[in-house]
Amino acid sequence: MKFIKLIFIILIAGLILWIDLPENQSFPIPLGKEKYTLTLNPPKLDVNIGSTRIIKDFTTRYGLDLRGGSHLVFEVDTRKVKSEDLQDALNSVRDIVERRVNLFGVSEPVIQTLQSGTVHRISVDLPGISDVSEAVKLIGQTAQLTFKEQASAEAKVATDTPYIMTLTKETGLTGKDVKKASVVFDQQTGQPQVSLTFSDQGSKLFGEITQRNVGKPLGIFIDNIPISAPTVQQAILEGNAVITGNFSIEEAKQLAIAINSGALPVPIKLIEERNIGPSLGEMEIKKSVVAGVVGLGMVLLFMILYYGRLGVIASMALVIYGLISFAIFRTIPVVLTLSGIAGFILSIGMAVDSNILIFERIKEELRKGNDLDIAIKLGFGRAIDAIKDANITTLLVAFILFNPLNWEFLPQFGLVRGFALTLAIGVATSLFTGIVITKRLIEIFYK
Amino acid sequence: MVNFLKYRRLYFLISLMVIGIGIFSITRWGYRYSIDFVGGTNLEYQVKKGEDIAEVKKILEKNKVETISINQNGMTLSIRAKALTPEQSAAIEKELRGTLGPYLAVLRSETVGPTLGEETVKKTIVASAIAIVGILIYMSFAFKSLNFALAAIVAMVHDFLIVVGIYSLLSHFFRAEVDTLFVTALLTTMSFSVHDTIVIFDKIREYKSAGMDDDVNHYANKALTETLVRSLNNSMTIIFMLLALILLGGSTIKFFILALLIGTITGTYSSPFVATPILVWLEKRKKS
Repeated sequence: MKFIKLIFIILIAGLILWIDLPENQSFPIPLGKEKYTLTLNPPKLDVNIGSTRIIKDFTTRYGLDLRGGSHLVFEVDTRKVKSEDLQDALNSVRDIVERRVNLFGVSEPVIQTLQSGTVHRISVDLPGISDVSEAVKLIGQTAQLTFKEQASAEAKVATDTPYIMTLTKETGLTGKDVKKASVVFDQQTGQPQVSLTFSDQGSKLFGEITQRNVGKPLGIFIDNIPISAPTVQQAILEGNAVITGNFSIEEAKQLAIAINSGALPVPIKLIEERNIGPSLGEMEIKKSVVAGVVGLGMVLLFMILYYGRLGVIASMALVIYGLISFAIFRTIPVVLTLSGIAGFILSIGMAVDSNILIFERIKEELRKGNDLDIAIKLGFGRAIDAIKDANITTLLVAFILFNPLNWEFLPQFGLVRGFALTLAIGVATSLFTGIVITKRLIEIFYK
Repeated sequence: MVNFLKYRRLYFLISLMVIGIGIFSITRWGYRYSIDFVGGTNLEYQVKKGEDIAEVKKILEKNKVETISINQNGMTLSIRAKALTPEQSAAIEKELRGTLGPYLAVLRSETVGPTLGEETVKKTIVASAIAIVGILIYMSFAFKSLNFALAAIVAMVHDFLIVVGIYSLLSHFFRAEVDTLFVTALLTTMSFSVHDTIVIFDKIREYKSAGMDDDVNHYANKALTETLVRSLNNSMTIIFMLLALILLGGSTIKFFILALLIGTITGTYSSPFVATPILVWLEKRKKS
């Protein structure tokens, strides 16, 4: 039984260490004449269980403030929406924004709707994006595709205006009737074009429109800006059309994206924009790691100098605590931000505290003249009360700040939440290491 | 055993003085708010040392930027201005690149509308209020007395006041800004404060329930004497971590860590010297 337990512990420890391995760290290993390179990486899971594929990697996730990227907040103008339609409208805005962002090719974007009183917002996190004005334009545009025909034949004759101005009559065909838009290239000139495939209803409508406008121009407008006005050669009944214009490939792509993703049901306005360059975050991470290591070293040194052998045990417990917490951060995964790191540092302080509390209690029991065995037992028993109460209140605070049910009257901001999450994980882990692991270590090494 | 409680007037005076200075500073100078709270734009670029700021000013004027401040600190050029559109920021970056050369790198650019900060504060206050009520309820049960909870909360409010007060001084003299990180630091302080207080109260509870001693003064002193070393040791470890972060950590979190440091120190101080005297006072009142 004891043997099985030992193997189990070794397995768990191995797993934790494996998860904690640095990413892409290479070491040259000279082996005789040959030289091998050992590259360390945390585990990567890619398995099929039944029909579901599980992919999981255990790398550290950094928040925008550390990794660089853009954080955008849009306010939704809900004045024109009936209250019973509000939720639908918001969901659809969210979906459209998400589609547009995905088309922009960002990895791991985070899009959330936030409510605060009667104000509704959409926050968009785009890691690794530095040219934000493009993204803002793409997300915020209302891109409404419309087709217009000439009001009447006489209008053209009567005035001298360019013929595009005569295209004033709405045909009723809009971007909603488009099933798919994509970029194609003209077979002769190589010019990029946007090809449209209409839905069934759109095809019918488009057929009717082209039928009555043979030999006349048909205007294609985006947000009431004329894009092109080709002359209809013949009735098109198959439900396909091509928008030509002097597009660059980029422009054609954006137009296709805009038509595909459809118009936003309600207007949105950019109210907050934060861009962190990648170099700043890198610097901060490097410095924080150095500072963390030096700080931790000083703490360990202090504990060992002051508490002697018990201090060594506490140091071991603290290192184990750090490894376990880090493994949990990587497993969940917790997105590490600057405030999250602060929460973690505070929890390190509290983890040390549990150890100090236990040691002081043991010393006290020893002073009373108890045997070491009994002193350890009593010391732990007495210390548990204080550790439990102190940590439960901390967990309580962390829980409220994390706002797990996303109540609108509590903070919904990543910053405060990141702090609460790492603090809670840290404190919960320290309860475990402080009580279970320190006790085992004392039993093994101190007797 | 040391008679800590004999000097309670002195502790009261020290706390009153520090809080007083803080409140004076808040009313006299207030705070320097970050764009998180008042809205606006922050631009930060990496440049060569000793760049000519006059050139930068010209570019900003040309783009009709309402500049609030321009600073160069080593290789970092920071510009604070009224809210800019993304197009404006992009135009400025392009022109700066033209003038200051290709070394230029964008460290960060942030634009915030003015409404968000107020909301953060409001919501944080609501969250803190709920947290306080939660702590009151939990401690009343755990310690079987409302007095313990009340004393812990008073100490927590004391620490809160000290941190906001001293931060106002930092804001006035060292350009520290009130931002969302500062709000986080306040929350940390409050949670640490209660954590630290509970450890001493646990000792007092133990002597109280043992019932071998009727004099509150006496067993509170005894508890203080016994927990002082652990209190100091524990805070020392946190202070070590924070000092390392201040001295070696990144510049963006310098004042955040400093606020945490102040919070840790006052949180440690308030447990024996604010929370305990108040608890003793409350317990005595109950008896008489």
